[in-house]
Amino acid sequence: MKKFAWFLTLMLVFTLVLSACGTPATEPPAPEPTQEAPTEAQPEPTEAPATEAPTATEAAAETFRVAVVMPSAINDLAFSQSMYDALTRIQEEMGAENFEFVYSENMFVVDDAAAAIRDYASQGFNLVIAHGSQYGSSLQEIAPDFPETSFAWGTTVDTFGLENVFAYEAASQEGGFANGVMAATLSKSNVIGVVGPIETGDAKLYVDGFKAGVLSVKPDAQVNVNYIGSFSDVALASEAATTHISAGADVLTGTAQMVVGAIGKAEENDVLWFGTQSNQTSLAPSIVVASQVYHWEGILNEMIALIKSGTLGGQSFVANLENGGEVIEFNPDSVVLENAQTLAETTIEGIKDGSITIPLP
Amino acid sequence: MISDLLSTTVLIGILASGIRLATPYLYAAIGETFGQRSGVLNLGVEGQMLVGAFAAFYVAFTTGNLWLGVLVAMLVGALMGLAMAYVTVNLHAEQGISGIGFYLFGLGMSELLFKRLLGTVETVKGFPKIHIPWLSDIPGIGEIFFSQNLLVYGAYLLVPIAWFVLNKTTLGLKIRSVGENPDAADSLGVNVGRIRYFTIILGGTLSGVAGASLSIALLNVFQQNMTSGQGFIAVALVYFGAWRPIGVLGGALLFSMINSLQLWIQVLGIPVPSDIAVMMPYVVTILVLVATVSRVRAPAALTKPFEREN
Repeated sequence: MKKFAWFLTLMLVFTLVLSACGTPATEPPAPEPTQEAPTEAQPEPTEAPATEAPTATEAAAETFRVAVVMPSAINDLAFSQSMYDALTRIQEEMGAENFEFVYSENMFVVDDAAAAIRDYASQGFNLVIAHGSQYGSSLQEIAPDFPETSFAWGTTVDTFGLENVFAYEAASQEGGFANGVMAATLSKSNVIGVVGPIETGDAKLYVDGFKAGVLSVKPDAQVNVNYIGSFSDVALASEAATTHISAGADVLTGTAQMVVGAIGKAEENDVLWFGTQSNQTSLAPSIVVASQVYHWEGILNEMIALIKSGTLGGQSFVANLENGGEVIEFNPDSVVLENAQTLAETTIEGIKDGSITIPLP
Repeated sequence: MISDLLSTTVLIGILASGIRLATPYLYAAIGETFGQRSGVLNLGVEGQMLVGAFAAFYVAFTTGNLWLGVLVAMLVGALMGLAMAYVTVNLHAEQGISGIGFYLFGLGMSELLFKRLLGTVETVKGFPKIHIPWLSDIPGIGEIFFSQNLLVYGAYLLVPIAWFVLNKTTLGLKIRSVGENPDAADSLGVNVGRIRYFTIILGGTLSGVAGASLSIALLNVFQQNMTSGQGFIAVALVYFGAWRPIGVLGGALLFSMINSLQLWIQVLGIPVPSDIAVMMPYVVTILVLVATVSRVRAPAALTKPFEREN
């Protein structure tokens, strides 16, 4: 029996590791250790018509080539998708002949990600993005080996003092604050629920900002926060939402990719929802009021301009409401939006011009 | 604040959540119980659940027919079970390793299909809550036990059925004998391979339903890796429940209830760090196991491939 107790313990630990992804990641890494990782480490062309005509050698030399390694899927409606969407928008802007990008998704295993980063660097990409702060130490090792290649990683402010590394992060507390202001305005029960993943990084920033936003409007409102300890447990996130609703919440928000289940519960119970990272309106158009969306393209365009002028790194960027790196996207079909939109817009302006400062714990 | 935990709303909330959370574990773990009682350890449950979850969701999403979704989930679960059975029974493969292989296959396959066929997270209208007449009107009890969806009821009905089949039927006797002493069973004319094929395919089928219960009954979405380790917990629950359906039920309920309790602890603002709160279900399960280590031993032939001696 002892043997089996051990086995059980092992199983539980394995599951805990799998589901909680106890890495010191500072933003949503999707816990998806996949066997595909090694094969996906090979740069795979996107659906973009990236293949250049063999004759256009000159044009090829001018094409700006970006490779990105990200922790979850490009369609996670959250962290990874925000980067994929940004790169797609840049490509639309610059044209497929001037800008191409490839990606490796679901790189939860940092070792695999490191291999992919090195691989991309040695293939002569202009910019290699490590979209996840857990990739930092790998990047610190790899970047000095490729002085001609520019690297970017986030979300962080640390460039390791390297000449060819950019850092980027999102001030997610800003959109969180704006969402919180709207949530407080729209709540009738004055009980508001938050479904969080792990209490760290930009998830924590968002939640703290949201809470501050609620309390700035209704100091006596009750904000119940629930961290479920996982970036992937859709079932637990959904049950957390149900718990909030039973506790009297009539407005919910949540961050990271496992909230899709929570949004469903909110819809079922006709409870309002505020999203973050990507626009989550499509999941439940009747209850989503607004989403804070990361628009990395502003920052990326700055990096691209710097790289073209010969600066390969050494700077760090912050996406916020003021520079358009974060945008509050309202759901035009939301019936309650009109009651909160004006206040939200004043709040956003206030955050932009600095007249509102967000108190963080 | 601790006293808030004892209010009716909270108690009902904890119990009703626990009943729901336990549903996928029950399907998967009861299926696994059959496999292990016949001597086969299937670690691929998680993969079977994922493929089942995707299949059910995709069928329900495209056809709007939930029952067809469940049926297809059972079918693909059964197919994965069939493959597992071939590998373990005919090829005598190391069960732990091949199970992990099937897990990774299911993880990758469900992800690939999701990306190719859906492309983004969608929602579907899943099984509605069924309020059982009279019973659902009982205060408290009604909300906890009798206002759930059909797949939840199914999971709990499965427990006595599994108990009956394992303990009171000839088939159950054959399954148990194959798991305890396949040589003796073989000499008495029991077809060891066939029984194991049956139990592994049954396990796959039920894992498929476990996945469907998530994607089209409890959550009504599909996302990559949405089972998030539940298949492995289900395997652990079989050990916890000492290879008996009732024990599995107890384990699943204990784990799920503690999980919903920790959700409430956080919501009520009881000052417990979230990291500690989310550990509770695992810690309590291990403690209960340690405290109640019984004399029940595993099926003697568990993980041992059967080779007929001539």
